[in-house]
Amino acid sequence: MSTAWAVLRKDLRLELRSAETLPAMVLFAVVTIVIFHFALNRDTIQGQEAAGVFVIALLFASMLGINRLFVAEREQGGFDGFLLAPVDRGAMLLAKASALYLFLVVLEVIAVPAFKLFLLQPGLGRPLPGLIAVLALTNLALSVIGTLVSGIAVHTRARDLIGPMIGLPLLVPALIASARAAGPILQATHAPAAPPLRWVGTLALYDLVFALLAYAVFDFLLEE
Amino acid sequence: MRSTTYGRGLRSLSLLTVLFIAAALVMVFFYAPLDAEQGFVQKIFYIHVPLAIVSLCGFVFGGLMAIGYLRTGDRAWDMRSYVAIHMALIFGIGGLISGSIWAKASWGHWWVWNEPTLVSFLIVILLFCTYQPLRFSIEDPERQARYASVFAITCGAFVPLNFIAVSQATQFVHPRVLTLTGAHLPPAMGVTFLVSMIGITLLYATLWKYEMAAKNARSQLRRLRRTLLGEDLDRPYGRSAAPL
Repeated sequence: MSTAWAVLRKDLRLELRSAETLPAMVLFAVVTIVIFHFALNRDTIQGQEAAGVFVIALLFASMLGINRLFVAEREQGGFDGFLLAPVDRGAMLLAKASALYLFLVVLEVIAVPAFKLFLLQPGLGRPLPGLIAVLALTNLALSVIGTLVSGIAVHTRARDLIGPMIGLPLLVPALIASARAAGPILQATHAPAAPPLRWVGTLALYDLVFALLAYAVFDFLLEE
Repeated sequence: MRSTTYGRGLRSLSLLTVLFIAAALVMVFFYAPLDAEQGFVQKIFYIHVPLAIVSLCGFVFGGLMAIGYLRTGDRAWDMRSYVAIHMALIFGIGGLISGSIWAKASWGHWWVWNEPTLVSFLIVILLFCTYQPLRFSIEDPERQARYASVFAITCGAFVPLNFIAVSQATQFVHPRVLTLTGAHLPPAMGVTFLVSMIGITLLYATLWKYEMAAKNARSQLRRLRRTLLGEDLDRPYGRSAAPL
């Protein structure tokens, strides 16, 4: 646990000082939202459409983070140092997934208001608690699967290609659940306050299974 | 790689496969009754459904073989996993094409989105299409085997999960012929389906064994050639997606 905390603190400090990944992710998400305005030729959107647009913006932005997640470890010998230390290998998964999770939270803190400003028709006040719950679970799926995929891709020759190629299909069920859960609460009229339980449940189940799976196989990605 | 003889039993297995496939074809065309609603085109069902089921089982089988590799570190397991996924991918594309033909004939469209089985199948195929590029982009053979195994296990577990998630998303228009409560088919169709299911499963097993034998023979041949030429046995063979 303390190992994971140390690695996580290192990652956060690195990001604070170099600002390499997070600003790019945020900018990318906002630009994606703006592009959707032109692509759909609409001033405001709501409901399922709004949920879909936001989930796609989130997904694409997270791909940037996933691609960069292990690059510093590989280029600057972080992997070697970690392997030489007598610590649990699972700590790396925990630390990297937490870092990605925090990046996504910061991203959403900026991207959700931006989305409201540019495209979303209904006000944010009512759907916000439900949206936070859905996004918390979505972030978990993105960060766990993202870390696993990033761990696989970082040692390949074409890592920027391999990462999204494996990551996108693996994330499809989570994104279906996320978009369907967020859709109803983003309706302009007659919107329920809570997201549909069926989809929240599916998303939570998916998170749980992949968290266990990633924990089981991640050790093998770190061996030399 | 150990010099196991994968060719053993291959001949009898091939004969059995030919027998079952032939029997299945005869039954499909002469024994199974015509479907009242769809008529003759429904007969593609006896090829399409077994292909799809065998392909999905093949992906899971590949994942199980990959567990064997991670547990033992024996490259033979990696080879089994690779061949299993390779074959399952070919069967899967066959299933996708036959399903598309069936969809066009019975629903009027080559592709329908409100059909969970079809959509989840597509996602699985798209995912496993990245298996070979992944292998090819890792040069070190040992690392390639390890990473491919991690991929195979993750994606093997993804197959059933994906079906749960996608089937929630859409209503059913696919004929539910096989449910947990049993097969909803008239007996003559059920027997025909069973025979073609066994036939396609045997075909998968035969092709799997065949490719294992071929890959094994090639690796032994290379080894012999190197020994004869006095070359270094451990020098890598150059980049390849296949574990050799």
